[in-house]
Amino acid sequence: MEKMSRVTTALGGSALTGRTMHCHLDAPANAISVCRDAAQVVVAGRSIFKIYAIEDEQFVEKLNLRVGRKPSLNLSCADVVWHQMDENLLATAATNGVVVTWNLGRPSRNKQDQLFTEHKRTVNKVCFHPTEAHVLLSGSQDGFMKCFDLRRKDSVSTFSGQSESVRDVQFSIRDYFTFASTFENGNVQLWDIRRPDRCERMFTAHNGPVFCCDWHPEDRGWLATGGRDKMVKVWDMTTHRAKEVHCVQTIASVARVKWRPECRHHLATCSMMVDHNIYVWDVRRPFVPAAMFEEHRDVTTGIAWRHPHDPSFLLSGSKDSTLCQHLFRDASQPVERANPEGLCYGLFGDLAFAAKESLVATESGRKPYAGDRRHPIFFKRKLDPAEPFVGLASSALSVFEIEPGSGSMSWFVDTAERYALAGRPLAELCDHNAKVARELGRNQVAQTWTMLRIIYCSPGLASATSLNHSVGKGSSCGLPLMNSFNLKDMAPGLGSETRLDRSKGDTRSDTVLLDSSATLITNEDNEETEGSDVPADYLLGDVEGEEEELYLLDPEHAHPEEPEYVLPQEAFPLRHEIVDTPPGPEHLQDKADSPHVSGSEADAASLAPVDSSFSLISISHALYDTRLPPDFFSALVCDMLRFYAEQGDVQMAVSVLIVLGERVRKDIDEQTQEHWYTSYIDLLQRFCLWNVSNQVVKLSTSRAISCLNQASTTLHVNCSHCKRPMSSRGWVCDRCHRCASMCAVCHHVVKGLFVWCQGCSHGGHLQHIMKWLEGSSHCPAGCGHLCEYS
Amino acid sequence: MAEGENEVRWDGLCSRDSTTRETALENIKQTILRKTEYLRSVKETPLRPSDGLSNAVSLDGLNKLLAHLLMLSKRCPFKDVREKSEFILKNELGIRIPRPLGHGPSRFIPEKEILQVGSEDAQMHTLFADSFAALGRLDNITLVMVFHPQYLESFLKTQHYLLQMDGPLPLHYRHYIGIMAAARHQCSYLVNLHVNDFLHVGGDPKWLNGLENAPQKLQNLGELNKVLAHRPWLITKEHIEGLLKAEEHSWSLAELVHAVVLLTHYHSLASFTFGCGISPEIHCDGGHTFRPPSVSNYCICDITNGNHSVDETLNAAGICQVSDSFFEVEALMEKMRQLQECRDEEEASQEEMASRFEIEKRESMFVFSSDDEEVTPARDVSRHFEDTSYGYKDFSRHGMHVPTFRVQDYCWEDHGYSLVNRLYPDVGQLIDEKFHIAYNLTYNTMAMHKDVDTSMLRRAIWNYIHCMFGIRYDDYDYGEINQLLDRSFKVYIKTVVCTPEKVTKRMYDSFWRQFKHSEKVHVNLLLIEARMQAELLYALRAITRYMT
Repeated sequence: MEKMSRVTTALGGSALTGRTMHCHLDAPANAISVCRDAAQVVVAGRSIFKIYAIEDEQFVEKLNLRVGRKPSLNLSCADVVWHQMDENLLATAATNGVVVTWNLGRPSRNKQDQLFTEHKRTVNKVCFHPTEAHVLLSGSQDGFMKCFDLRRKDSVSTFSGQSESVRDVQFSIRDYFTFASTFENGNVQLWDIRRPDRCERMFTAHNGPVFCCDWHPEDRGWLATGGRDKMVKVWDMTTHRAKEVHCVQTIASVARVKWRPECRHHLATCSMMVDHNIYVWDVRRPFVPAAMFEEHRDVTTGIAWRHPHDPSFLLSGSKDSTLCQHLFRDASQPVERANPEGLCYGLFGDLAFAAKESLVATESGRKPYAGDRRHPIFFKRKLDPAEPFVGLASSALSVFEIEPGSGSMSWFVDTAERYALAGRPLAELCDHNAKVARELGRNQVAQTWTMLRIIYCSPGLASATSLNHSVGKGSSCGLPLMNSFNLKDMAPGLGSETRLDRSKGDTRSDTVLLDSSATLITNEDNEETEGSDVPADYLLGDVEGEEEELYLLDPEHAHPEEPEYVLPQEAFPLRHEIVDTPPGPEHLQDKADSPHVSGSEADAASLAPVDSSFSLISISHALYDTRLPPDFFSALVCDMLRFYAEQGDVQMAVSVLIVLGERVRKDIDEQTQEHWYTSYIDLLQRFCLWNVSNQVVKLSTSRAISCLNQASTTLHVNCSHCKRPMSSRGWVCDRCHRCASMCAVCHHVVKGLFVWCQGCSHGGHLQHIMKWLEGSSHCPAGCGHLCEYS
Repeated sequence: MAEGENEVRWDGLCSRDSTTRETALENIKQTILRKTEYLRSVKETPLRPSDGLSNAVSLDGLNKLLAHLLMLSKRCPFKDVREKSEFILKNELGIRIPRPLGHGPSRFIPEKEILQVGSEDAQMHTLFADSFAALGRLDNITLVMVFHPQYLESFLKTQHYLLQMDGPLPLHYRHYIGIMAAARHQCSYLVNLHVNDFLHVGGDPKWLNGLENAPQKLQNLGELNKVLAHRPWLITKEHIEGLLKAEEHSWSLAELVHAVVLLTHYHSLASFTFGCGISPEIHCDGGHTFRPPSVSNYCICDITNGNHSVDETLNAAGICQVSDSFFEVEALMEKMRQLQECRDEEEASQEEMASRFEIEKRESMFVFSSDDEEVTPARDVSRHFEDTSYGYKDFSRHGMHVPTFRVQDYCWEDHGYSLVNRLYPDVGQLIDEKFHIAYNLTYNTMAMHKDVDTSMLRRAIWNYIHCMFGIRYDDYDYGEINQLLDRSFKVYIKTVVCTPEKVTKRMYDSFWRQFKHSEKVHVNLLLIEARMQAELLYALRAITRYMT
């Protein structure tokens, strides 16, 4: 209340009015200062020194103080200040070191009052005492600060900054005798005006020059400083040692800093280089400016709040020769454009996610997606309830950790070693691989293999029973008595399988990670998971839709079209993956925990046993009866392969590709295949699975891959007599000059293909040895070794 | 003989670990022995025509090796390396071994005045070791600058950062830009040094055949180099725009700032090289000879830098000069005292002050060395610059009106620093430090006087140089310059800053005759830093204007 009353008295009952506006000056401004009545502003620069009246709609030039024919350096102003007690009194600091005072009350055209030429270098700053009418302070490049009494012709006292250049001097608003000065070496000093011999206090505030400082208008001890190191710091000077209470990091060196009236934590800054905007910061939120004024086209050199008790008008002068009045409500607010969410991955796959508290709060009823991660750790930044502040956002940070060991790749190694890729009929290969996958607990993969077998092997071989059988195998408690049981039990099994896959994907590829995390964050329930943006799920969601169709159509409608049957058949296992994905983890953790999930589970179960078990069988019969060409599936199989590859399981993609060979190869473009192959081979080699990688290379049909094995293969041969390496030719040794490779059969030098026995190292012409070994099993050289030729 | 076996690795020597250095030296010794032996065997066997060329090549390689070893024996900061390499050289190899030409790192300063490697104190030793570790050599510039170790440290740190640490430009570009800049002043010393470094970091030797063989991107920089070296006030934002918007050959802002800093660094370093008469490095061309010493064969350098016995006879003639110059110092001191005292009394009018600057600016062009003999460009340097005629021209002389650059509107501390540090982090800080040290360096001595406040003199020199570039300080009375700097000194400053290649020993000797060499080196440091700042200011202002 008290504050309010003061405002009204200060404003004299009439509130300030005006709009955001600017006017063109003739020359760049170096500094501006406002008159006590908030209706006039003085602009000073190298070649400008004018007073403008601030009217509602525009600035009006009122007085040009630059008089005289010859421009004098005394008028080249580095700084200007208007006395806050006396409307007629101004002071300027000239670049040549002169301090000039001006009396607007003088009747003549030349308002120049007094001239102090005591400084030897440029004067950077002048400052009137806030309450005393005749006291003026100046700070100069020559390292001295001088205090002038305007009733006398020269300075009253001189303060020495030890030959460090002074950049700013400011009288304390509250303490009558105190002033602060800032220096080029980064120091800030506090002086008592009565004691010129030594400073009261000194501390290093910045790294590099401190360009400016400003005392807080209300808080007695607060001093804001801005420096070349791009920082604004707020110091509490009331304590024994100056304490840094706030620090704002800007993007460019800070040329001016001014506390915003009536807003305890706000201050305005402008920069000396590069950045032309004026920012208003809330010092408690040092990373995003509260407001930003973007009117100027060159660096802003002077800023001033129009009235000491009005926070909404800011005036500024700039090198672009304009004078601006900014209205706070017209300012752009970067906070609004800022993205309030953040997401980051740690080195070991941990995920941190920060979002607005309000956003997180809506989800608080939801169980955090736990899966293979432990419970998220929540951090919350508490606000000071005493200071409710709208703009200050609070956010919640969640960190998800990855279960140790879930990153293990042993399944990969096992699978790679045990898969059979060639050498047996397709059905056997598929069966074998399905078995391998199942033993490793990868039921989805196992199912896929089984299905491939069904699709590509002749209908006679794959009967309905075999299908049922395979489904039964998928269940964890392996008694395939009733389909309904199977399905029910399989659901969690499959679910966990998917989840496992997903976690594998997490550890391997970033894109998949992001996907699953997106699921994690945005999904409210199952439906959303399916419809969500996870690309990998696209296929599944699609299929799911068709499946719904199946349920609707199947029991009643007899047989619409053949393809209709085929697709659901194909999709059957896949459907379970997707429907059960979210519940899966819950099951792992605690089966009885979540009623919502178990409800959906029950849903699925109740749906499944009644209809689909029968429909399944009937469909499978229908399928085999229609004798579809296997080609029909290839598009779907290709999609499946892409799905696996995208999930990060390139192993599956490549294995299937090799096993199916010609059947699908033509449907997937060469480049993708090559990409899969190289990825898989690379992975295998990282796990030192050289044999498997070699086998894959060998079996690959892509030219680019199979030639991998033909590169840089060198066979080094030693001479059989002197045991030295044979360098130039394979059959004559350079050192002992004997023919090394004689054919054991014909005793001639072998120059072409040479066959050795690895046991006794005798050998010879390929044909000769072949012929010999047809008749005898002993070495032709007569060494008695039983050679083998295969 | 495979090439790989003969590659000598010098980097082992830069190690601070003495055993590593030991093994490295041993390897070098083996290589030399092998090469010598090979050469001898070739000589004994009848010459086959095909071998003639390779023979010459390998002899050349061996000679280079020996020269390098000679350099090490003289200039390595590590005692063990010095001794060992001398031992290798002395231990008759049965071939001609080189000996250094001339004496000492500078032609102007007698060797006995310059610190000998091995007699440095601990602080200097660390400096030397650092420098050696970074570059694998201790160049003559370092040996002369070590008069002022405080500055040297900052200088080496900056140079190391510019050339070897993280930066937007690739390493070979940096050296090539160094070559370009040094070549503007026909400074073969720097060019030779950096040609070696350029090749060492994997630069394409073809580029060395001239700027037109370098990538278009570097060719574009040629114009800026030229203007910056001779008439920096002509740089406009159009120059900058031309470089930044050249489609596929365009520079990024960060690269450009790096390049500008390099250019200005090497322009001013060229000034130092000539201003202090730095001799060629021992291992570079012209630094050593394979000819046996002969009595009648004085080297010109021997005479010019006063290392010869002749200088005693000269000294006799110099006595009267000494008394002369004694008064010079006294007079200078007196003037400084007067200026200090009467400064407050007679206050010159504004017009007076302004005209003093103009006078000084105008006058700075008349101060020119009388001996205007054309120095012929060193043979392999000339190829780097296309346009020899484009030299330093005084702006007033050509009737060009260039607006005076007001330092209060754009100064290094406030503006330049921020820009450089923004685009090329940390370098602003390093250069700022270097400027500060150079500007504030003082031992409070003048010739034989102690406890003198030299700030006025230093400021006069600094501002005089900036005045030559049209940079004006509002708060400086340019009348002071006339009082403090006499004509011969102005001639020297002007020559070093604007046309360093024309500096002669006579100029160096004729100013401040009574002052110590270390003080003259100090003057040179001021000159090069002031010049660098002036060039930087113009270039950075143009960049700022481009950005706004």
